[in-house]
Amino acid sequence: MDVVMLSRLQFAMAACFHYLFVPLTLGLSFLVALFETKFVRTGDPEYRRQAKFWGKLFLINFAVGVVTGITLEFQFGTNWSRYSTQVGDVFGSLLAIEATVSFFLESTFLAVWFFGWNKLSPRAHLVSAWLVAIASNLSAFWILTANAWMQSPVGYAIRNGRAELDDFFAVLLQPASLLEIGHTLAGAYILAGFFVLGVSAWHLRRKNQEAFFSRSFRLAAVWTLIFSVLEIGLGHMSASHLRATQPAKLAAMESLWETRASAPMHLLVWPDEENEKNHLEALSIPAGLSVLAGFSPDTEVKGLRDFPRQDRPPVLPVFLSFRAMVGLAFLFVLLSLWAFLRRRQPDRAPGLLRLLPWIIPLPYLANQLGWIVTEVGRQPWIVYGLMRTEDAVSPIEPSQVAISLAAFFLVYALLGAVDFFLLFKFARKGPPPAAA
Amino acid sequence: MLETIWFAIWGLAWAVYFALDGFDLGLGSLFPFLARSEGDKRVIVNAMGPFWDGNEVWLITAGGVTFAAFPRAYAVMFSALYTPLLLLLFALILRGVAFEFRAKVDSPRWRRIWDGCLVIGSLLPAVLLGVAFANIFAGIPIDAAGRFQGDLLSLLHPYALLGGALFLAMFALHGANWLATRTQGGLRDRADRAAKILWPAVAILAVGFLLYTHFATPLWRNLFQRPWLLVLPLLAVAGLAATRIFAARGAPWRAWFSSAALILGAALFGVAGLYPDLLPSSIDPAASLTAFNSSSSPLTLQIMLGVVLCFLPVVIGYQSWVYHRFRDVLDEKSLDPETSY
Repeated sequence: MDVVMLSRLQFAMAACFHYLFVPLTLGLSFLVALFETKFVRTGDPEYRRQAKFWGKLFLINFAVGVVTGITLEFQFGTNWSRYSTQVGDVFGSLLAIEATVSFFLESTFLAVWFFGWNKLSPRAHLVSAWLVAIASNLSAFWILTANAWMQSPVGYAIRNGRAELDDFFAVLLQPASLLEIGHTLAGAYILAGFFVLGVSAWHLRRKNQEAFFSRSFRLAAVWTLIFSVLEIGLGHMSASHLRATQPAKLAAMESLWETRASAPMHLLVWPDEENEKNHLEALSIPAGLSVLAGFSPDTEVKGLRDFPRQDRPPVLPVFLSFRAMVGLAFLFVLLSLWAFLRRRQPDRAPGLLRLLPWIIPLPYLANQLGWIVTEVGRQPWIVYGLMRTEDAVSPIEPSQVAISLAAFFLVYALLGAVDFFLLFKFARKGPPPAAA
Repeated sequence: MLETIWFAIWGLAWAVYFALDGFDLGLGSLFPFLARSEGDKRVIVNAMGPFWDGNEVWLITAGGVTFAAFPRAYAVMFSALYTPLLLLLFALILRGVAFEFRAKVDSPRWRRIWDGCLVIGSLLPAVLLGVAFANIFAGIPIDAAGRFQGDLLSLLHPYALLGGALFLAMFALHGANWLATRTQGGLRDRADRAAKILWPAVAILAVGFLLYTHFATPLWRNLFQRPWLLVLPLLAVAGLAATRIFAARGAPWRAWFSSAALILGAALFGVAGLYPDLLPSSIDPAASLTAFNSSSSPLTLQIMLGVVLCFLPVVIGYQSWVYHRFRDVLDEKSLDPETSY
């Protein structure tokens, strides 16, 4: 394998692994802060137990999330040095702002939160909980802005043989970026919601600390329903916006080969990349795709055949990931609606309680699939339309990358196993019994 | 002008990282020598507990500043130092999770694994950072296309190894000083003794490194062109002397601030001596990456300067508050497992 492929594999693995831990951080930080807010408002120590228990799981998860983030920032230099040279003017500054503005805040106040229970006033402690939640989500804002610029580069000019920043606010406020941020954050909040629902259901079914887990269940049910419903809209808007910014990705997501108005949507499709058509198209909704992409049956949607072969993303993984993600999104709406309706007496829905712990992995899967659509769908470009992935790689030896790739695999597999083992262990253990 | 300001910020970010995370890395390296019991180990880990992660963000910021202000230098530096840099990252990963994991399962064997990760994950970065910066001071074989022309062994020349030894020794001294501020009894005595033993080693290595720097690098010649910059090596020497004096007087905080001054002075001496080079080439002076030929556009530098001027003082403010708030002396009985590692 060449340096490009090895480096892509390495970055993909490091990013996917990192993103196993990020969404729970983003969502659970708010849930912990909400519980602690209730504690400070009502003075009811039960809510402090909630904050501490979910906070403990938050910390175990955060431990791996935080250490695996650094390797991503540094890999732009180690493996993608031509990319860094060409677009660092725009891209590098967003990463630097993230560290300065958000990451310091998050890391510093997470420590204050954990070590400060007996050292700070309840109010000061609550402030640190909110600072962690806000800062971690603000981190996501900057990182996703940087990623969105790779999807839809704006606000730059080519000068001195590289992309130089021209309009900072165009980069910050472009719709592609705001949609990506909203869509990604909602996906993270759904994951955190189902995590709390699943763990709570597991204990409720065993009649373990029922008062405690009924409360977590109730809050998480409302939270998860809100974001599951919102996500349908945000996901739809993100996909239809691609018609303007990344038409090749949209065509791959739908496996659409021919450019046409009133493009149909087929529920059953199997792409045939070799022959530039689909093996199977069944259960079609006439003009369905045109309506979804442009809110009108007359909307023309560009097909893959209109792109030269070397400009097309791999169709099958993008198409399948997108389908699976959308299917999961609708499942999440149904499940969270069910949990919402039963939020006051979850014990009366034993089927739901039995099901929910098994649902926990599904939003993880959906989040990963979303990134596969986003990143594989952008290929062959590293910056859409501006720079090809194959031109972005460092002048390094394949053997170097092969060794580091193997090391990443080993270290990450071990870390992942240990961290999920600990998450399991402490999630099943439940909170310490309430002080009498 | 903007480029020069950014060069200074770049150097400062690295220097602050060394001065802050330096004590964590040093203390982690000394861990097996200082801890006699599980209680000792918990005290040492918790002495760094509230700080190490916030300290490590200075590394991410230093990397981010390099990327944002000098993208070409970032690209060439990080790809040329590919293997040492990834080793550094793996080591830091192991150190980070060791803090969180070691007390999570009540088994001596489990804790031994993560204690080992903590030690390796502290020692290796200390040495690697020293080797990397000595290499940068001396220049790296890069050609005009930014392609690294050496191999891993060519980075391990005697000057680089001396740099690695110096960093490890300085960090270990700094770590012993830190432990002295937050402990009492036997552990405090051992921290004091470690600092006392380490001090002559640091002094010899520092003097040796400063002398060797004259032969291996153009740093001193550059400094003498702007003699006022000589305050930086003087700061390092003064910090070195002061840390011994304050430790002998039983003033651990002053001793710690002095070893911080030593590290800041030493790092800034190197950076100032490099100016305007960020990464000198040892084979072709024209291929050297400087603050001027590798910088971002003026607009990016201006925006980033605004961000840094607004936010870094705030960061320094709240991090100082945390240091102040969590400066209490620890003993093993006062460590509540719910609010400590």
